[in-house]
Amino acid sequence: MNLFFQQIINGLTLGSIYGLVALGLTLVYGILHIPNFAHGALYMVGAFMSYFFMVDVGVHYWVAMAGSAAVIAVLGIICERLVFHPLRHSPPIHDKIAAIGILLFLEALVQMFWGSDFRRMSSPFTGIMNFDGLIIPEQRLLIIVGAFVLVFVLQMFLRKTMTGATIIAMAQSREGAFLVGIDANRVAMMTFAISGALAAIAATLYAPINLVYPAMGHLVIMKAFVIIILGGMGSIPGAIVGGMIIGFAEAFGGFYISTAYKDIIAFGLLVLILSIRPQGLFAKGAH
Amino acid sequence: MKPGAKLTLLAFAIVFPFLASNEYQVYVMASAFVWAIAVYGLNIITGFCGQLNLAHGGFFAIGAYALGLLTADAGWSFWPAFLAALVVTAVLGFFVGIVSLRLKEHYFAIFTLCVGFIIYLLIDKWEELTHGPIGVRDIAEPYGFGLVDFTETTPFYYLVLAFLVFAIWFMGRLSRSLLGRTFIAIRNGDELAQSLGINLMRNKVLAFVLSTTYAGLAGALYAGMVRFIGPEEANIVHTFDMITYLLVGGIGTITGPLLGTVGIIWITQSLQFLEEYRMIIFGPLLVILVIFFPRGITGSFLTWMHHKAQSLAPGKKRKESKVVTAQTREAENNA
Repeated sequence: MNLFFQQIINGLTLGSIYGLVALGLTLVYGILHIPNFAHGALYMVGAFMSYFFMVDVGVHYWVAMAGSAAVIAVLGIICERLVFHPLRHSPPIHDKIAAIGILLFLEALVQMFWGSDFRRMSSPFTGIMNFDGLIIPEQRLLIIVGAFVLVFVLQMFLRKTMTGATIIAMAQSREGAFLVGIDANRVAMMTFAISGALAAIAATLYAPINLVYPAMGHLVIMKAFVIIILGGMGSIPGAIVGGMIIGFAEAFGGFYISTAYKDIIAFGLLVLILSIRPQGLFAKGAH
Repeated sequence: MKPGAKLTLLAFAIVFPFLASNEYQVYVMASAFVWAIAVYGLNIITGFCGQLNLAHGGFFAIGAYALGLLTADAGWSFWPAFLAALVVTAVLGFFVGIVSLRLKEHYFAIFTLCVGFIIYLLIDKWEELTHGPIGVRDIAEPYGFGLVDFTETTPFYYLVLAFLVFAIWFMGRLSRSLLGRTFIAIRNGDELAQSLGINLMRNKVLAFVLSTTYAGLAGALYAGMVRFIGPEEANIVHTFDMITYLLVGGIGTITGPLLGTVGIIWITQSLQFLEEYRMIIFGPLLVILVIFFPRGITGSFLTWMHHKAQSLAPGKKRKESKVVTAQTREAENNA
């Protein structure tokens, strides 16, 4: 039974990380209709920035996380301004290819500076908590709690602040938002900034129990796409629920079926779902 | 492109082994041609039909593995295994196409991205079948019939060239046929195509199967050339490479994929330091191309020719310049 609960913890940890990454992806998709293939690269650069701040600059874990979130938010804004903004009226195939271009560039850039080695990032939360035989490493607990807090903060921001309201308005109706005088550029930049910051925080939370390397974004981004298709492209609760579904499927599948094939489980799920419902599980209607 | 230019290109390709200063250059050119065949496949589904297929490199790897496993493990000889590799990629393309092509734009790209990754993971993890990370060794060579022996570099070069010429010829025929125009109609919009009475699914799946067969053909040739393959062949980076070649050359054109592939492979080969920084250059290149030159080298050249033709005849009657426009459009489509 203990092993079963251990898998629940693993599922929650993975689900929280995937959920955070998918949240940023789904925001950009829901508001700007861009499937940002470069999101995984932002996640990866986020991990490297935190590593850089902690190891080379020597600051505390929290400061590194904040610094990395700020850097990646700015990087997100730069991508929006330089790449996606000029492509706003192009055929849909173009922004996908441009996103791939950004992905290739960021990966190569990181590889140039840090090489392709696997790096270990430390964290101040190395303790292990023992609840009557149920063992939870502190970092995993931090991931789960951190994800829930972030989702809560984001919801508050979107619902209670004026800026959040403009973002929601644009997600609901572009034309309507323009009619009431919402600055589309500002919303687009904000969306990319939030999305990037979320990716960086997710990467910083996950890096201490995983490793830091240039290709670390590949699997995560693909799972994030699976998640937002599961949860309905553009839906925030969908991203969280979808993240948990994939996280649990992977934890239990990896434990009870095969660790070697655990990564295929998410994609198998996607193939199955899209074969039956081409518009995704919870989609209100394809955009 | 004019027939004269095409013949010049072909003549150059034929005499190339005599112009090359060493065998390595012939080898590089042969490998560039192999990739070009795969890029032509990508051009069918992405260039003509407008569906961004991110699993293309996966099908290339399937072609290579089908040939590799059939010859190295099952003991088949090259040509039967080669035909089987084509059948395997076509059949898999059919099944993947049936599921994926029901999806609209973004979903299709995301789905195929995942398919490409599944192919990579299966090749890497399914050790009983694919040998996993160890890869496949001792792949059979393409043996010749009678006098020719394709195991030497130069005869192999001509073999690849023959396949390439066939691939381009076939694509040229396709683009001028009703089927090719149907594909282009699909690119311009699903609803529009449907309103013309086009059976969307049937035509999209057909285009996808053609495209994966091209990839399979290229993959099988590649396996016969390098004779050792590993999971790296299914790396998603190869798909991104092919998209770059296609975009640089000119998406949806006939000569573009060849010029883009051969051009970039030669530039990266001859400037060795580029190999290391390849992606630092390719990434921004892709972005700049889609923003400023969405039609690639060939497409932009044709547009430039078209403007030049118009500006050379400024005083002529409006009607005449319209004829020029229509002809140039035709030429662009057929180029």
